[in-house]
Amino acid sequence: MNLIIQGFLWIFDPAHFVTTATGTGIPDALASHLVLTGVSLLVTIVIAVPLGLYIGHTGKGRLVGIVASNVSRAFPSLGIIAIFVVIFQPIFSQNTNFASAIVAFILLGIPPLLAGAYSGLEAVDRQTIDAARAIGMTEWQILTKVEIPLGARLIVGGFRSSTLQIIATVTIASLYGNPLSLGTFITNGLAQADYPQMIAGAILVIALALIIDGLLAIVQRFVVPRGVSRGTTKTRNTARGARLAANSGTPIMEGN
Amino acid sequence: MIEFKSVSKLYADGTHAVDNFSVVIPSRKTTVFVGSSGCGKTTLLRMINRMVDPTSGAIEIDGENIANTEPVHLRRGIGYVMQNSGLLPHRTVIDNVATVLFLTKVPKVEAYARANELLDTVGLDRSLAKRYPGELSGGQQQRVGVARGLAANPNILLMDEPFGAVDPIVRIDLQAETMRLQRELDKTIVFVTHDIDEAFLLGDQVLILEKGAKIAQRGTPEEILANPASDFVASFIGADRGKRRLTVDSKVKAKGNDVVLIDAGGYAAGVISAPGGKLAVGSASPKSRSVSNKTSQAGDG
Ligand SMILES: Nc1ncnc2c1ncn2[C@@H]1O[C@H](COP(=O)(O)OP(=O)(O)OP(=O)(O)O)[C@@H](O)[C@H]1O
Ligand SMILES: [Mg+2]
Repeated sequence: MNLIIQGFLWIFDPAHFVTTATGTGIPDALASHLVLTGVSLLVTIVIAVPLGLYIGHTGKGRLVGIVASNVSRAFPSLGIIAIFVVIFQPIFSQNTNFASAIVAFILLGIPPLLAGAYSGLEAVDRQTIDAARAIGMTEWQILTKVEIPLGARLIVGGFRSSTLQIIATVTIASLYGNPLSLGTFITNGLAQADYPQMIAGAILVIALALIIDGLLAIVQRFVVPRGVSRGTTKTRNTARGARLAANSGTPIMEGN
Repeated sequence: MIEFKSVSKLYADGTHAVDNFSVVIPSRKTTVFVGSSGCGKTTLLRMINRMVDPTSGAIEIDGENIANTEPVHLRRGIGYVMQNSGLLPHRTVIDNVATVLFLTKVPKVEAYARANELLDTVGLDRSLAKRYPGELSGGQQQRVGVARGLAANPNILLMDEPFGAVDPIVRIDLQAETMRLQRELDKTIVFVTHDIDEAFLLGDQVLILEKGAKIAQRGTPEEILANPASDFVASFIGADRGKRRLTVDSKVKAKGNDVVLIDAGGYAAGVISAPGGKLAVGSASPKSRSVSNKTSQAGDG
């Protein structure tokens, strides 16, 4: 029988919904995957967003922004993640060291988000910013009322890339035993020559990535302020969705 | 009154944009800085609202050195209109105009009421209020820019080549509008252009600038035309090419009492009425000047 179908059958087998002595249940693996991703993302945001906005607004430390953009553009290749995971293998395989694993995810998550925040601000028309300053906006007002709204599409695009980056890396990290994630099914399936389980793991990861990316794509459309979406000039009364449809940015990340 | 006192600006890259510039800009008049590209006009203008700080010298507004005024506070009290309108693309026309008022915490209702009035003032239909800048023509955008510049009811309005990017017909309209605003609202306008005709049209006081914002000549348009201070000025205002020296065309007969005037190059430059063969005379009076293409406004005042 087709392996893919077997994978789906494996997923829908009620026996795989609970964690037993012999195997992890899908909900537990999913929860762990989400917690790892979520916690890593939170820390990533706290570090990358202020830094990216600072660089984008002041133009200071632009080199960091440029390096981040280039690094994140290199990310889609699985090879880079693989090398990274190998480097961090000692950390991933330490059963107790949850925090260290998260550090690794954060390091991979920061560049795309930092690059997004930086390039989002960098892309705002200099004359618009100059005018905002000339009419008496404070630097903070310029940032929050002009630069962030106008750069929002790229900022969220960076967040999208970071999210996928981390989801993918969490999966691969399980190759080394820990931490628990949907990737665990792939690892276990491989180890036990249980191919339906392995395929099931792959399907679950892909589904998770697609769903989250889809949700973020919707968010990305809605953060684009009216008046700036491409081709608004004569489409004043077009329905919001229709106008924005042509305007969704694709994230740099295409892996997983 | 704005006073430049030995002001110099040396940019970080070594460009001497402004070199020891001193001038008094009288209140409630239009002063025009005119000169070729790169002579320092924009730099001068932006020093008035501290978008650029001078390297040396001082700028005083009503006797107060602006170096002691907090830039954000200063800018909120000075209108600024730039060439490409500089509107916020993500805000509607009405919000763009009201933005300046929101910054100073004017209540919403009041701010919008004032913004709507300003649209009338600059001759924009209120039906455009909810549009985004990207949905306006260049000329309309400039009007919104002017309305925004006027929003906080500033005494001083800085205009940096505001009509440089609109077509000649719209420009003439906007120039007339600017003169009307100046008359009605009594603002101190500092206007930058590289178009000498625009400078003569709008300026009560005109400063012709050379590189480094060196003043080649300062005076009313009439003074400058009557007495160009140097070859540079003569060349800049076109006097050397005879563009300003008009003679009566002996060949063409215009209708009625009009005679056609030609410049030294032989090109038609205008008409003058000559009832009974005697050329009409008048006296220069800048305040009454109007070039609107609307006949109802021609020759008013
Ligand atoms: N931020 C800056 N850094 C370095 N040099 C500058 C800067 N801004 C202007 N300059 C230089 O200073 C000189 C005067 O510039 P400015 O913009 O004041 O000229 P301008 O008369 O307004 O010209 P234009 O008619 O082209 O607008 C130019 O040589 C310009 O290259
Ligand atoms: Mg200029």
